[in-house]
Parts: sequence; C-alpha cells; structure tokens
Amino acid sequence: MIMTDKPIGLYIHIPFCRSKCPYCDFYSMRIDEGLKQEYIEAVKREIQKSDCIFDTVYFGGGTPSQLKSQEIAEILSVVSHTDNCEITVECNPSDTGRENSIFDFDVLASAGVNRISMGLQSAVDGERKALGRLSGKEEVLNAINKCHKAGIDNISLDLMLGIPYQTIESLNESVSFCINSGVKHISAYLLKIEDNTYFGKNRDKLILPDEDTVSDMYLTVSETLRNNGFNHYEISNFSLPGYESKHNCKYWECKEYLGIGPSAHSFIDGKRLYYDNDINKFISEPELIYDDKGGSLEEYIMLGLRLSKGINFCDIKQKYSYNFNDGFIDYCRFLQDKNLLNLTENGFALTPEGFLLSNSVICELTDRL
Amino acid sequence: MSVSKENIRNFCIIAHIDHGKSTLADRLLEKTKSVALRDMTAQLLDKMDLERERGITIKAHAVKLNYVAEDGQEYYLNLIDTPGHVDFNYEVSRSLAACEGAILIVDATQGVEAQTLANTYLALDHDLEIVPVINKIDLPSADPERVSKEVEDVIGLDCSEAPRVSAKTGENVEEVLEQIVKLIPPPVAEDDKPCRALIFDSVYDSYKGVIVYVRIKEGKIKPGDTLRMMATGAEFTVVETGYMRAQEPEPCKELTAGEVGYITASIKTVSDARVGDTVTTVENPAAEPLPGYRKVNPMVFCGVYPADGADYEALRDALEKLQLNDAALSFEPETSGALGFGFRCGFLGLLHLEIIQERLEREYDLDLVTTIPSVVYKINLTDGSQIEIDNPTHYPDPGLIASCEEPFTDAHIYAPADYVGTIMDLCQDRRGVFVNMDYITPDRVDIHYELPLNEIIYDFFDSLKSRTRGYASFDYEISDYRASKLVKLDVLLNGDIVDALSFIIHSDKAYSKARKIAERLKDNIPRQMFEIPIQIGIGGKIIARETVKAMRKDVLAKCYGGDITRKKKLLEKQKEGKKRMRHFGTVEVPQEAFMAVLKLDDND
Repeated sequence: MIMTDKPIGLYIHIPFCRSKCPYCDFYSMRIDEGLKQEYIEAVKREIQKSDCIFDTVYFGGGTPSQLKSQEIAEILSVVSHTDNCEITVECNPSDTGRENSIFDFDVLASAGVNRISMGLQSAVDGERKALGRLSGKEEVLNAINKCHKAGIDNISLDLMLGIPYQTIESLNESVSFCINSGVKHISAYLLKIEDNTYFGKNRDKLILPDEDTVSDMYLTVSETLRNNGFNHYEISNFSLPGYESKHNCKYWECKEYLGIGPSAHSFIDGKRLYYDNDINKFISEPELIYDDKGGSLEEYIMLGLRLSKGINFCDIKQKYSYNFNDGFIDYCRFLQDKNLLNLTENGFALTPEGFLLSNSVICELTDRL
Repeated sequence: MSVSKENIRNFCIIAHIDHGKSTLADRLLEKTKSVALRDMTAQLLDKMDLERERGITIKAHAVKLNYVAEDGQEYYLNLIDTPGHVDFNYEVSRSLAACEGAILIVDATQGVEAQTLANTYLALDHDLEIVPVINKIDLPSADPERVSKEVEDVIGLDCSEAPRVSAKTGENVEEVLEQIVKLIPPPVAEDDKPCRALIFDSVYDSYKGVIVYVRIKEGKIKPGDTLRMMATGAEFTVVETGYMRAQEPEPCKELTAGEVGYITASIKTVSDARVGDTVTTVENPAAEPLPGYRKVNPMVFCGVYPADGADYEALRDALEKLQLNDAALSFEPETSGALGFGFRCGFLGLLHLEIIQERLEREYDLDLVTTIPSVVYKINLTDGSQIEIDNPTHYPDPGLIASCEEPFTDAHIYAPADYVGTIMDLCQDRRGVFVNMDYITPDRVDIHYELPLNEIIYDFFDSLKSRTRGYASFDYEISDYRASKLVKLDVLLNGDIVDALSFIIHSDKAYSKARKIAERLKDNIPRQMFEIPIQIGIGGKIIARETVKAMRKDVLAKCYGGDITRKKKLLEKQKEGKKRMRHFGTVEVPQEAFMAVLKLDDND
C-alpha cells in the first residue's frame, strides 16, 4: 500500500477524448459510457487503496471534461486532501464553454476544484483548425466567464509555439488574447512532433516556422508576458505572482506524487512507478510497475533547471551533501558569458535563452558533476 | 615419391586487374582435378572474404597441381598466384623470382593495360618464359585478333600459338596446361649444392606458427634441419615440410631443389620470415643469399584511432595480429589532442591502407577514425641537418626550414586516345611533369608523367577512373625526392588547432584546399550552443574562415504528466550521441566531419 507521512500530489488521468489531436501522443480513446463508469470506479478504488493525504490534485488527460462535473466531484469525494489543496481540472472549452453545455463549474467549485486549465493553443482560427481543435475563441471566453461566476479565478490557458502557419505577428495576437482574457497562468509549449502522431507521420507536409523563428517566438512570448506582470517561472510556464501551478512544481522540485490511471506516473519513496497504457488492465487488475529509482542529484538538477529559480547551493548541500567542483562552476561561468545561465553566490539558473537550449546545457552540466 | 625434375613446372599468372587471373586459376584447379567439383567456389585461392569481394588478390598463394599431359607423362605444376596491385609490386617480384615461366592473361575485350605491361616487364626482368593467353573470348565484344596483334606490337610476344580461352566457361583451358608443359622450362636444380630457398610469402597460423612458402633453388630441406634466415639471421628447427594443395596441405619428407612447398618451424612472427629472404640450413649452409632481397618500407602513413577510446587496446591487439601476417605494415603509438590515443601506421600504398583499415573494421569489429594519409617528406633545416617527416604534427617551425623535398613517382597511364586531354589536365592539376607519350596502337596511348606521390596516394586513381569512364589504367613506381615548396595547413576550431586535421600540402594548392576544408567542416559540424569559428591557417596566418552558427533551440517543452523517466532517457540518448563526438575544448565534432574532410576530392 502506498503510504506517506507528508501530503503529496495526486494526478488523475482521464484517458477520454472526443477526437485525437494530430500532435498529441498521450494515452486516450473515444469515450464509451459503460467503460467510463467502470473506469471511474477503478480510479476511486485505486485512490482509496492508498493511505495518503494530498495537497495538490490534478485531473489531466485525455480530456477530464469528457466526464460530467458530477463524476469529477464523485472521484474527489474519495480523495483525502488538505484544506488549502490546489485542485486543477483540465477542460476543453468545447465541452464547457458552449451555451448549451451541461458541464457545471458550480458543481466543481463545491467539490473543491479551485483551478481550471484550458487549451486555447492559438487565438488564430486557421492555426487552431490545423491543430484539430474544435472550439472557438468565444467558447474559451465563455468558459472563463463561467469559471469566474462559479468563484474559480485561478485559470490557466495553454498556448502552442511553432505550430503550422504561425508567425511572430499571429503569435503576438494569441498572447494578447491570453493577457486580455484575465487569466492568471499561461503555459506556452513549443510544438514537438512525436513520431507516433498524425503530425509525426506527415512531417513532410507540415508548413512549420523554422528553428530561428520558433526561437524568436519563444523569446518574444517570454518578454511580452514578463512585461505584463507574469513570471517566467518554468521553461513553458508563466504566472502572475502566487499563481504558479503547485502541482506541476512538484514534478520539477522532485517532490512526491501519485499518478492514477493508465500511463500515469508516480514518484513515491524514491521510486518512479507507472501504470501500463491499458485501460482494461487498469480496470481489471491495476498494477503499479517499478520503472526506475528517482531523486538522484542528476535528476534534481535536470528538473530544477527547468525552473527560473534554478538550483540553490544550500539545497544541494543539504539534500545530497554535495559541493559543485571547480570545473562545474567554471562551466557555469562559461555559460554565463554566453548569456545562457545566471550564476550567483547562492546558486545558478537558466536564462530564457538558456531554457531554449536546456537539453544541451543540462547534458553538459550533469556530465561535469 | 621423389619427382623427376624434368617434370616440374613452376609458373605464375600475371595480368592486369580484372583480366581473369583468379578465374583462370580456378579452372586450372578444376581441369587438373585438384578440387572436387562440389568443393569448387569462385576465386578458390583467394581465401580472404575481402579478396573475393573486391575481386583482388592481396596475398600470394601457391598450389601444386598434378597433370597428365598429352604426351602421357605426369607433370607437377606449381602455380603461384600473385597479388595484382602496384602496392604489392615487391611481393609480385618475389613470386616471379620463384618461377621459370609466367602465363600472361590479356582480356580479349580490353587489350594491353598498364599492369599488363608492368607485370610483363617484371617477368622479363626475371628471365621468365612468357606464355600469352587471350581470355574472355566468350564475351560478345571480344576481339582476340586485334588483342593478339596488340600484344605482338606492344610487347613483342608471338601470339600465333596463344591459347584463346574463356576462363569463365572453361573453353580451351586444356591448351593452357599443354603450353605450360611445352613452353615453360623445368627448373635447373641441383640437390647437392648448399641449401638456398627463396621465401615468396609467409602466413601466420595460430596452430603452426608462421608457414613459410618457399621455392627451393638449390639443396634440400627436411624436418629436423636447422633453418637460417640469411637476412635476419634467425634460426629455427624445421617441424614440417610439404606441398600446398588446393584444399589441405600435403606434408612430405623433404623439399628438394626445384620444388615449391612450405616449411613450418615454430616461427612466431612473419617478420622473422620476410618475403624475399633466403633460407639456408645450418647443416649445409650457403655462402651467399639469393639476389634481390630488400626490406620493404612503408610509403604512406596515417594515424589510426579507435572511434571509442576504450578500444585502444583492442586496436593494438588487432594491429599486432595483422602484422604477424604482414611484414610491410608498421605501427607505433601516437597521441593526438583531437583523437586521443592511437597509432601511426605505415603502408605500402593506399590500397594497402584501405585493406588494413577494412580488415580492422571487419575482422576485429573496430570503429576507426583515420587521419589524412601522408607520404614521407625530407626537410632540410637551417642548421644543415635533414629530418624525415611522415606526420604533419612533427612539421618543424617554418622559420627553421631551409628547404623541403617530396617523393616523386614515375607514372604510366594507359588509356584510349580520346581521353588524353582530360588525363593531362588531371596530371597537370596534380603537379605532374610530362615526360612523353607513346601511341601503343592508333587509338591507345601510354602517357608518361612524373607525379608527386602525395598527389596520387589519395584519390588519384578514382579521379582517373571517373574522368575516363574506367578505361584508363595506371601504374607507378617511386623514383626520387625533389625539392618542393611545402606548407603545413592547420585547422582551428574555436581558435584551437585540431592536430588530427593538419596536413602538408604544396603551397600553390593551399588556398583552394583551405577554402574547401572550411566549407566542408561548416556543413558537417552541427550547430552547438554557441557560434564556432572555423579557421584554416599556415603558421599564424589565417587563409580561410567559416562560421557554424549557434544552435538556438534544444528543449523538451512538455512535462509528460510526471513521466520523468522519459525525460531522463531522452537526455541520456543525447549524451550517448555526444559521446560519439570528438571534443576539442568546448567544440564537438562528429566523426562524419573528419570523414568529409578526408574525402575531399577534385569534384568538390
């Protein structure tokens, strides 16, 4: 049985989608009423099997809003959580933002949900269509409105960078839309084309901005959002002060979390675990599979450098009794000269330019540990 | 059973490459029933995979055939198959020295080629009886009449009796056997004289040690005798003597004058039984060795490095093993700032280099990086001394150099007359000095040039073939050293010299080469976290420059629902990729970039 003495994070995977987006390689399927009921029961059973208190809960997917709001509330009813627990539900605006939508944010709010994350991806219709997104901008604004009315003001929008047809100008339009919508949090992901997706299989046919343009896009978004009061607190995440995603920060701070559902990952007691990509197996005989040990210094640095607060020397000394060697610090200085990293007496962190090259930087740095 | 000397014939087959030497050898084995038909494979004597694949003979091979001739008598034919490439000229000459006659094969579709002539002259130098054979008469384009006439005109050999055969189908091959018996003289051999045997090859066998292939010129050798190698002075006790058969060796109680056979004597390395050396016995020693021995010296050098530094010891073992079998291969450890630990290896020529490299990679499963091949330069210093340089790293400071000399070759190119223009362009471009040109026939020419060795060791033959659609043939020998204006080109990445890419070049060619190298590197070095200047310099002076722009984006944006292992694996994969790169300070250079520079040729 999973047991922890301190509160941890809880991720609940809802593997249902109305249709598969052409860039997405997450585990999901078309909804089926019977399967859905069985799945909800299985999720509740798995949560109850653990003996944990949670201080963040995150419904992700797939599309959690393919469940009725009451069903989300039902799952939450079996979750033991702290009073000030952050509870996020990812929503698709086309499920929730239409006038006739039965999805009820009041029900979510009463069940304790206090954060909503929605995929806008782009405020430009043609770009959204190329991504297979069905909802319009109006539905997004509607859904935001409904959230506010239900008393949920912590809302995040997802944007995508480097998508087909996008230009710096069109991206600026999307960024302005986000800022003007009054949301507190924006995730801006660079499109990565995965092999086993529609995009991956049709790579040659895609009209994509080139590497230099995409890099400029990223830096422009960072600058614009920072000028508008947002912190660029993680590679792909921006928030008004105090509105960082507490749940996602657990991933980057090497904190513990339990992931429920097929393909969901957990980090508990120094172990990284997961459930297979198989909803039927999850329903009939769910099994947490051991993947790897987690929480090493290398992993801590790999994840910590995703955050703008970066790596703190005292933390490393405390957690790992480790002092960085001279070669490592010299290399940090070298990166600082290249404007990729900031080194202070307390620690080091990547610049937005450094975020863009984080894979290379992390490889180089962890090689020098 | 002792053989009457009158019935021994020692012969070799000489030919231009691809004229059918190994195929004819196969047919001779077949016709003399030396091999059961079911065991017959193409190029039977070429035992190395590499030889079969490339269709070339790398090592000399020998085989004893029994043949009952039309006169009813049984003859013993010793066939010595020789390597057919200019790199192995010395080996060829030793094989010829072991024979009384040579079959000269000429392709009925091609006629006389460079090595046809070179090998014929070599055979004539050794006073061999030459039996011309016109091959490939089965091909539709065969013109045996014309080719016979060409042989008569160019070489002066009577071809009226020359067998016209198809080694492929076996047609008329018996005629070749008959002519061997009739035309090639038996050995002049005296068993009672002091022992003198010529080593024409030696191979290493892990059970028996070195197997020495010899032609007994005078005297005899039997197990229990004490051998002495007259050049090296090494002594060994004979364990076994015997004859080479097509499949299994056949031990015999002694080898006598005139015979060709093998000796084993627990010899550890082939360098103790060098090709060309004379074997005598301590029991009946000869005063003088046979003429013609020389120690072959490597002409072409390059650095050979394991792609993965951890394979250094494996590379050393592999080189040692190859050297057991190849006295011409030399190597010594060297260190490169760029490539780490490796070996400076010396080869007879470029084919030899390629063969060794390929055998290291295939037979020993090594991944290698080789540096640009270099010849041996003589540098006269201002203090009056002279040094020899086969490695650009050791090139002295230009201020200390009074003058330089580079090796020249005497080269002959045979080609259809249509290609004279393009061939002369190529030779001029390679700093050749025109000597003369002969029309062998109205439409075939022999173009004679003096070419610097460093211009032909790399890709000359490839360029020649592509310019002449494969119709030209080429042969050269080293002639002398000549004064030359040489410079050393250095490649600098991010301001640091990459020693493995330095090379010595004639000053007239430095600028154009430098520009090409800079471009090639730019195209083959992936963008990295920061801009990388590429500079090519002579001494402190930069003569070409390019820049690899900085990479902008290399990031995993998504968090994959807490799947940290996936992220970690992606980064580990990236690190693996990094490991395959060569590191120069903070610059990473992939293997391909080295190869791209090494493979620079005329078409770039």
